[in-house]
Amino acid sequence: MSARAETWAWLAQRASAAVLALCVAVHLATMIVAVRGGLTAAAILARTRGSGAWAAFYLLFVLAVAIHAPLGLRTIAAEWLSWKGRAADAACGAIALVLFVLGARAVVAVTL
Amino acid sequence: MRGPEKLLHVSVWRGGARGRFQSHEVPRQDAQTVLDVVTWIQRRVDASLAYRFACRVGMCGSCAMTVNGIPRWTCRTHVARVAPDDRLEIAPLANLPIVRDLVVDMSGFFDKWARAKGRFVPTATRRDDFARVRPDSPARRAIDAAIECIGCGVCYAACDVAAWNPGYLGPAALNRAWALTRDLRDGARRERLTAVAGDAGCHACHTHTLCSERCPTHLSPTAAIAGLKRATALAALRGGL
Repeated sequence: MSARAETWAWLAQRASAAVLALCVAVHLATMIVAVRGGLTAAAILARTRGSGAWAAFYLLFVLAVAIHAPLGLRTIAAEWLSWKGRAADAACGAIALVLFVLGARAVVAVTL
Repeated sequence: MRGPEKLLHVSVWRGGARGRFQSHEVPRQDAQTVLDVVTWIQRRVDASLAYRFACRVGMCGSCAMTVNGIPRWTCRTHVARVAPDDRLEIAPLANLPIVRDLVVDMSGFFDKWARAKGRFVPTATRRDDFARVRPDSPARRAIDAAIECIGCGVCYAACDVAAWNPGYLGPAALNRAWALTRDLRDGARRERLTAVAGDAGCHACHTHTLCSERCPTHLSPTAAIAGLKRATALAALRGGL
């Protein structure tokens, strides 16, 4: 990748890390509150279904994961396997797509 | 009456990359440096031992070697400080090709300074007035913090990223690039930021801080690299990369 693209990739990974720090904290806190509060799956779904706020929050979460994880894997592949170049970039792009599709599917399932 | 002579047990690397350590016993002396030990072996035991030194006072940076696993200037390293058990293992600097014994080929190290555009590119001519740079300005202070590098290669030998990424420019070249990036008189800022961005440049740094930990002149290439990360990010956001 060009110097510009590498710099953007670096920026994207740092920015997505900042988003993840917030999202993971909210996600974990919500889970703990829900479980300790004794909410059933049906009760949780009743709260999330039709909620634009939860849909937006978790879509942002999924987007941050789909950006952050493949860029990290790309670095690991380059440093530990000496695998870099177009094929490695394409593989990381494919992983990003899979993560986003799977994540978005789960968000749709609990919020629509 | 003098007691029995105290001896240092010294292992010295001999040969090239596939060489081996050779053991010697060297008389222990007060205020003895590691360079004194190497010189004693070369003069008293084996004249074929290859090593580099010049100034012997920590100015030239040519005598850097790996002493008990840590890269150091041997001329400024007292044996008492690094060998409390009177054992020394002296090897060539890591991350650089071994020429022979304790001598490494530094050409790749300095080629990387060139690749990082570590050369000042003037913008003024002899007909222009002197540039006025305030000594207390943030840019000049950043340069002050980075300018005293003498190119000894200790930071490069200590760097984990240089070990696993042969293309990595390394802390010294990036430190130099950072000093020039903050120079108001320099005319190659954009080209330099482009040269130091990416997986061979500042973005490859994992901030292990070993370069700053080991630098004998107490510079902080880590801070310089962080500065380059900020500068390249800002340049990318402004479309100037």
